[in-house]
Parts: sequence; structure tokens; C-alpha cells
Amino acid sequence: MNPATPESARDELVVIEPARGLGSLRAAELWEYRELLQFLIWRDIKIRYKQTVLGAAWAILQPLLAAAVFTLFFGRIARIASDGVPYAAFSFAGMVLWTFFAQGLSLASNSLVGSSHLITKVYFPRLMVPVASVTAGLLDLAIALAVLLIIILASGLGVSLRLLAVPIPAILALITAVGAGLWLSALNVKYRDVRFVVPFLIQMWLFVSPVIYPASTVVPRLEAAGLPGWLFGLNPMAGAVEAFRWAALGVDTHPWPLVAVSTAAALALLATGAAYFRSVERFFADVV
Amino acid sequence: MTAPAIRAEGIGKRYRLGEHHSFGSLRETLVDRLRSIGRARPDAEKASIWALRDVSFEITPGEAVGIIGRNGAGKSTLLKVLSRITEPTEGRAEIRGRVGSLLEVGTGFHPELTGRENIFLNGAILGMRRTEIAAKFDEIVAFAEVERFIDTPVKRYSSGMYLRLAFAVAAHLEPEILLVDEVLAVGDLAFQKKCLGRMKSVSQEGRTVLFVSHNLAAIRSLCSRAMLLQDGRLEAAGPVDEVIELYVRDAAASAAATVKLPRPAGADTAVGVSLQFTTEDGQPRTEFRLNEPWRIRFDFECLREADHVIAGVGICTLEGIPITTLYSQPSRLRPGVHAVEFTIDLPLAHCNLQFVAGLTTNQRSVYYQEGLGHVSIIEVAAGDQPVSVRSGFLLSAERPAIMPVPKEAGPAWRAKGRPTR
Repeated sequence: MNPATPESARDELVVIEPARGLGSLRAAELWEYRELLQFLIWRDIKIRYKQTVLGAAWAILQPLLAAAVFTLFFGRIARIASDGVPYAAFSFAGMVLWTFFAQGLSLASNSLVGSSHLITKVYFPRLMVPVASVTAGLLDLAIALAVLLIIILASGLGVSLRLLAVPIPAILALITAVGAGLWLSALNVKYRDVRFVVPFLIQMWLFVSPVIYPASTVVPRLEAAGLPGWLFGLNPMAGAVEAFRWAALGVDTHPWPLVAVSTAAALALLATGAAYFRSVERFFADVV
Repeated sequence: MTAPAIRAEGIGKRYRLGEHHSFGSLRETLVDRLRSIGRARPDAEKASIWALRDVSFEITPGEAVGIIGRNGAGKSTLLKVLSRITEPTEGRAEIRGRVGSLLEVGTGFHPELTGRENIFLNGAILGMRRTEIAAKFDEIVAFAEVERFIDTPVKRYSSGMYLRLAFAVAAHLEPEILLVDEVLAVGDLAFQKKCLGRMKSVSQEGRTVLFVSHNLAAIRSLCSRAMLLQDGRLEAAGPVDEVIELYVRDAAASAAATVKLPRPAGADTAVGVSLQFTTEDGQPRTEFRLNEPWRIRFDFECLREADHVIAGVGICTLEGIPITTLYSQPSRLRPGVHAVEFTIDLPLAHCNLQFVAGLTTNQRSVYYQEGLGHVSIIEVAAGDQPVSVRSGFLLSAERPAIMPVPKEAGPAWRAKGRPTR
């Protein structure tokens, strides 16, 4: 009788009512919309460097230029320690992962506001938007990583099987960027102040992460002050950057206690971010 | 017995006033914060409006239902609630089947992406599967008539091509329940006809359609039933002709001589403030007699200095048929409220009119709202004659005398048109 409605689909019942209390994650729905996430990631990758002269070269230039400046000022002039590898390689490796994180966080924070035309016109789990923003940066990370490899080989450091562990810090940075991105993007919908806070926040975050300096200069000082060294790992990027350098540069550090604490911190950030996001996302269309 | 495709029970949606304005620069936010220090929080009930209240209805599968009502009656809010874009404040709705909502054509189109890429992106955003889009790809491209430009970024498309492509994707969405908001109000006449035809075939395929429009003619031709919303409440529901008649009568009775214009969020150049209808000597009225000149005053606010500003007011029948558009002189305007007054001296017979208000600066549209206000011309025609309401809304200016025709002469065309041997 009703050709357009096969029985199977008719069973799909959606109930619309005001939610009470905290929103749940509704993971089944996220799975349902996985194709849309792929499309959003694909779109973000496609448009990231449209109408730029240098295109994807920016993915390399940003960490490269920053590392060059750091090498000059912190490596040569301030003579900051670098875990026994040349400071240039040390800071470039740190900047590769940091750039992925910082770009992802910055794009994610503005992603919802930038997608207001979508949010007010069509339904889909809004979580997809900031998650896509961060995930799209993985391609840039891969490109930068290739350049890092060349630099490593050129500077005679040599690569080891440790390289296979690179995805671990990458995922840790991804989780951190998504977690923080969920918080900031949701807050940004209501409080546009976030837009001004984010660049500042990222800058401060860089200074408290072992990008310019190694964790080995911080942890002993914490311990000397009678504090446990793992406190430094509460910044998820501390564990991520240390693990990344351990894997890519083969530095002689033991980052794993730090990584364990950082992983826990990143997961906590992700869980609270997702919970907050899910509980306020129903107001986005009214406020954005 | 089939379960209803949509069942709504006491749906209500409250918007906090000022919530729409809570965005802005840091300075604004801080200034607002500072100002509100030491002041009691405004009573939430007082500072809010119910865009929808107590709306209950059932729609059986396969039915096409039109939603009508004045601007701000809650039509779009209802669709937004049903498509889960915004959450109801109270009440509950149950929807059985896959929902496709079309609140705008081209949602998620990205100017930098090609036509091909946008078809996939837009399709995915509207809820289609990748395989589904791939299967319908050729059909979509053919419907949009953009074959040659399919690999060109859509920012290079003409506005017509862009709209055709956007609608084509939406038109090939195959949900069981389709929620459509005013998407036919765009594009040229031929395009609108094509869209309307497609909508009609969609509803004939047995899909459930919920259709919001100011175009009563379109509603009449598409829908068997209609619902009338007024101030957020469901005023009537029933056969489409009855509900439309009620709406037209209601609209005339409740018409206000001054209409406050909606102020879209995000407007940054100029926005409409109000439309006012008056007699020639300035008396506010919404009913005018035949041949009585009347005036429309359009107040608008420039939010920043703007060049070559043209204010326009369009006059349409309540059915949505455009009659004419009036334009102001282009001017360079400073920020602040400005007004333009048009005198209407059209040969209009009995009809119900609604209005469109628009602002352009440097040929670019910065404000556009339709379905505004209500004015009635209350006399059918001058003098005694056998005309009815159905005979049209434009008066013939002249009424020539009927002349006698001599038997042997006959009309001129007959003599000329006779074939020669």
C-alpha cells in the first residue's frame, strides 16, 4: 500500500521530547552517522588549502619555521637541553605534533560557529563537526612526519622500530585536541569570547608542554620540590610530545609513566567534553 | 490500522528573548555583563516567548499536509522541532520512518567544492548513504542540467545553476517523511514549476509530506489537508480548502496596520523595522476601498554606513501571486533608522494582499522577508456589474461601450481572413 515505506524502515521510531538531566553519549547514533563524519573530514581536507599559493606546504612550513626560530633562540642562545639530540631535530619533532594539536584545537573551537548554517537547517549529531576538524589534520601530520623523517636521516640520527609507536602519541594528541575542542566549540556557541581565548590558551599551553624544552628539565625539579614527577603528565600534551620524540628521534628517555598519566588526563578531558557537548548541543540551533 | 507517521502531543517551544542577541564581541559581552551587575535577573517567563504552544496532531502515512499561518506563527519552529534541529520545551512527538528535512536548498554546499563533490557532501548531510547518492548521481545531474559544469567549483556557477543543483540533490532524497519549508520561494518561475512538479510526484509516491509555504496556491495543489498555526497555537486542521478559507478570513480580521519586521540573526548591514499601511492622509488602516489610494511606509535600520541602498516592497496576493514591486531611489545612508513611503494607486479589486520587504546595497540583497502584513481591498468592483471575487484582482481601467454590428458587414477579421480562391 505504501511503496515508499518498507516495513523495516517503518519500525524506526524517533521520539522527540525535552531531555532531562545530562545527555548520554548516544553512541549508536554516532555510529549511524559515521558516513557523514567521513564526508566532513573529506570536506575539511579538501578546502583547507584551497586558494592558497603554497597549499599543503603550509603543513611543513609552520612547524619548520617555528623550529628554526626556537633553534636560534632557545637552542643556540639560551642553550636549552635537548635530550642528547641536535636541538633543531628536537624542536622540529615537538613542533610537528604540536602543530597538529594546536591547529586541530583552533579549528575545532571555531567549527560549530562556522557551521551555523548547517546547524540551524539540518539535524545530525553536532559532535561530528569539531571531531572532523581535528581529524582532518591527520593528513597534515603525515606530511610533516615525512619531512621529519628526512631531517632525521639527514642529521644522521637513524631510525629504529620505535617509529612504529608514533601512532600512540598521535592518537593521544588527537584525543586531547578533540576533548578540548568539544569543550571550547560548545562554549563558543554561546560565548563568543572563546574565540579570543583560544589563541591565548594555545600559546600558554605550548609553554607548559615539553616542546621547546624536554620533560627531563621539569620532572626532576618537581621531584626536588617534593612533588611527584607524574604531575607534569596531567597536561596530556606532555606525555604526547615526550612519547612522540621517544618514538621518532629515539631519544634516551623513559616517557611511559608520563604517558600513562597523560592518557588518563586526555580520556578524562574527552569524556567530560563529550558529556558537556551532548548535554548542550540541543540548544545550539537556538543560540548559534 | 496503520500507526501515524507523525504524532505530536502538546508540543511547546519557548525562546528566551535576548538569547538570539547573546553573541557578539567580547566588548559587548563584557558591557552586558557589567550592566547586569547589581540588577536582578529578569524573570525568565517574562523575558521569553512561546513560539509554539500546545500543538497536537496526527498525520497518517502517505498524507501531504500543508502548514499555513502568518509570519511568526510558529510554522518554521514546528518543522525545526520535528526535524530535531531544536528541542521542544515541552510535549512529545513520535515520528515513524526516515525523516528528510528540507529547510533550505543547498544546505552545506561549499563554494570551493565542485558540483560533483557538493552532490555527495550535500546528500550525506541530508541523510543519504554514499551508495544511494552514487546510484542517483546521473539522475541528479540531469535534473539540475549542469552536466558540463559538474567538475567546476560551484562558486563559479550562476545563481540559477546553483539553485538547480541544490534542489536536484534534495529532490532525490527518498525519506518516508519529508519536511519542507518554503524552498519553492526561490529561483525563476520555470524552476519553481519544476520543483512543484517534483514535490507533487513525491507526495503521489506515497510519502508523507509536511509542507510550509506562504504560497497558498502551491499548498492547495500539493496538499489534501492543512493546519493553520496562529501565535504558536494550532488554530485549525482539516481539508485544505476549508483551512485556507479560514486563514484568509482570520488574516483579514486580525490584520494590523503596523507590522514589526523579523530581524534575522547575523544581519550586519541593514534590517527592516516595520511596515505601516495608511490612507493618503496618514490614518493607519488595513482595509481600503476600490480606487482609494493608500500608502505603505517601510522603516528600516542601517547598521553601518551603506552605499547605494535601495528599499523595496513587493505586493503579492495572499495566494502568493506577485503583483508588483516598488523601489526607493538608491541612496547612500548613514547608520540609523530610515523610512520610505510608497503610494499605491493600482487598479486593485477585491483581494487580500501580503507583502515582501527587501533591502539591497550595491545590488546585493542584505535583507529579504516575505509573507508580511495583510491588507484587504474590500470592494469587488465599481458600479453594478456581474463580477465575482473569482474574476481576478486587477480592474480593467476602461469599460468600453458595446457597439452594434450591422448584419452584412461583420467583423473586420472575418473579411480579411477568408481564404481566396
